[in-house]
Amino acid sequence: MKVTMFHFMPYRDLPGDFPAGLASAWVDAPWWEYGSAEKTTDFYNWSIDELMLAAKLGFDGVGTNEHHQNPYGFMCNPNLFGAILARMTRDQGLDQVALVQLGATISSCPPIRLAEEYAVLDCLSGGRVIAGLPTGLGVDVSISNGITPMEHRERWREGIDLMLKAWTAKEFFAWNGKYNQLPKVNLWPRPVQEPHPPVLIPGAASSSTWDYCHERNFPYAYLSYFGGKSADNVMDRFWDRAAEKGKDANPYRAAFLQIVGVGETDAKAEEEYGKHVEYFYHKLLHQPLGYISPPGNADYKSLLNVLKSGKKLLQISDFTVDLKPLKAADMIEREFVVVGSPATVRDKLEAIARRLNVGHLMVALQFGSMPHAQAKKNIELFAREVLPHLQKVWEDQPWENHWWPKRLRKRPARQREMATA
Amino acid sequence: MAEAVAQAAGPPARNGHGVTPVRKDRSNAVPHARQADAWTNWMQDMPASTIRTIPIKHCNFEAKVRTAGSGPPLVYLHAAGGPIWDPFVEWLTQDYTVYAPHHPGTGETVRESIYAVESLWDLVLIYDELFDALKLDTIPIIGTSFGGMMACELAAHRPERISRMVVLDPIGLWRDDAPVAPYMLMPPDKLLATLYKDLESEPVKAQIKMPDDPDEVAVMTADLVWALGATGKFVWPIPDKGLKKRLHRVTAPTLIVWGEDDALVSAVYAKEFAARIANSRVEIIKDCGHVPQVERLDALKPLVANFLAAQRVAATA
Repeated sequence: MKVTMFHFMPYRDLPGDFPAGLASAWVDAPWWEYGSAEKTTDFYNWSIDELMLAAKLGFDGVGTNEHHQNPYGFMCNPNLFGAILARMTRDQGLDQVALVQLGATISSCPPIRLAEEYAVLDCLSGGRVIAGLPTGLGVDVSISNGITPMEHRERWREGIDLMLKAWTAKEFFAWNGKYNQLPKVNLWPRPVQEPHPPVLIPGAASSSTWDYCHERNFPYAYLSYFGGKSADNVMDRFWDRAAEKGKDANPYRAAFLQIVGVGETDAKAEEEYGKHVEYFYHKLLHQPLGYISPPGNADYKSLLNVLKSGKKLLQISDFTVDLKPLKAADMIEREFVVVGSPATVRDKLEAIARRLNVGHLMVALQFGSMPHAQAKKNIELFAREVLPHLQKVWEDQPWENHWWPKRLRKRPARQREMATA
Repeated sequence: MAEAVAQAAGPPARNGHGVTPVRKDRSNAVPHARQADAWTNWMQDMPASTIRTIPIKHCNFEAKVRTAGSGPPLVYLHAAGGPIWDPFVEWLTQDYTVYAPHHPGTGETVRESIYAVESLWDLVLIYDELFDALKLDTIPIIGTSFGGMMACELAAHRPERISRMVVLDPIGLWRDDAPVAPYMLMPPDKLLATLYKDLESEPVKAQIKMPDDPDEVAVMTADLVWALGATGKFVWPIPDKGLKKRLHRVTAPTLIVWGEDDALVSAVYAKEFAARIANSRVEIIKDCGHVPQVERLDALKPLVANFLAAQRVAATA
């Protein structure tokens, strides 16, 4: 299994009473009341250091993303951070690490620019980019960037088609799309990876996204904050759809994101990580359904599916109402988060990976208010006690990972490793 | 939203003439017999209306127009939440043949039809073709909220077609000091509180009552959300798409009605519309929010009746 350290880059220092009456932590949290640029200097730099530590300790990939106008995570463009990581990993001889760009939001940025940025990153890194092509959250695309919700998905699909053609065409072409018109396309540079970097489609359980992945043979990354247990239903349906569309059950078609905290013992871990878990779920995830998916964002069929599947699904999608009563212990018990001793974390993560049949695991080892020192400790413990075990998962099976940079596929990335740890 | 319930019961059968009877056969019912203040069960007592299907070349859109009543034609354009056949529209059918087109993607139209309608220009041309097809050459038009904006767009596009215009709390203009509320982003309770001044008043309670069957609620909610998205396509993220530059073209005598306490689009906008429409008059309804046709139908009816009657007198003179 390929294991990536994924970073949200959250604001780590919100006051205890946050979100105190705010409708949402997204868009509605005034920077001028809660934000400090000086602190943010540390947050950005610590986050880069934490990802670099993971690269050094043998993770297969380091992951960054894009969000806007919120303390949950505010890397406005993953390629700013990817560029730093590309150069730093190269300088430090860590060029076995993939750059998992999870990724730039196509619907709210000119796709031709993103095709360029990913190509630049692939050149800088020597062919280590995984090109995440997320549909993006409604709040980011339509509120923070003003895109009409009804156009969100159409823009995404057209953007991917344009990017793929711009990466691969061996002729000039004009693009006469619904949302992009370009008189003459001749992308400089092109990616190192042929024909283009592996694509990864992150999503939040929309059936139309699964179908899109299967139709285009792209892997799917399920981004949920409700852990392996609640992902069963989603991933079962993902694999059912794969079978219906004649795709094999290669676990590398799927990725899963998990928040993880490793401590010396289960009790110690719960004590150490508990408040950061609550900070994440109670403060950062505070977002109403209308922000996640403004009217027009989800297509009518998906909308009706969601509404007819009843209250249960709605409860878990509306982050403003149902997470507040849950304490860290509840969320650990329900496995929203995997927090515990190395043995506990190992067992739970392997069980999740095998049950969901996922070949790519992304772990968030810094989350919420977790300070830099604690994040480093979490990364080190995970790298030493958990990572080697997880990287062996699926090695007993003949599946090939077609969706990882070619030159990084051969062996688990771990090397030179613990000697330096 | 009440219409969505009817839809959920199953698609109405077609009779082969592009006219679809809806509701149960009302042949024994006395049209217009219902008292305006009999709020409850008004759905059951409404006069028979039909859905007409009109194929439109532009965007290959299959238009659906609910039609009822007798008398000269009148066009009614619904709000962002989708078509509602409410007591106000029903009252209009006493004196007019009301044509109530369904915005693409809402009501009886194919939900996905909205994707092909790419711009406000497309939408205006769809209405233009639709009115031609219905031979609505000279018509009074009434529009509410988003429908009020569309009425203005149509009256600006083809001034000669619109004989009189009534707009109820229309959107379509923007003032930085009185921003239009972001209604598409509101949770249901906040949206209702923004739309209506008094959620406890009988007509409002009747209007927003939800059915007991969760599947019906699911369909109604999906239809409502989709209608907000389908209309929102032409006003997102700021409902200021150039109408201010076009309103000077309107020649129709215009009645601008506003709820004094409208929390969605402030009554200060009444004078913005009035300043740009040459032959216009403002009526502010007290003790009323964004939806006068529900909240203060008693006050609205005489205003509209007198305004439209002036035309009928002029026409017969």
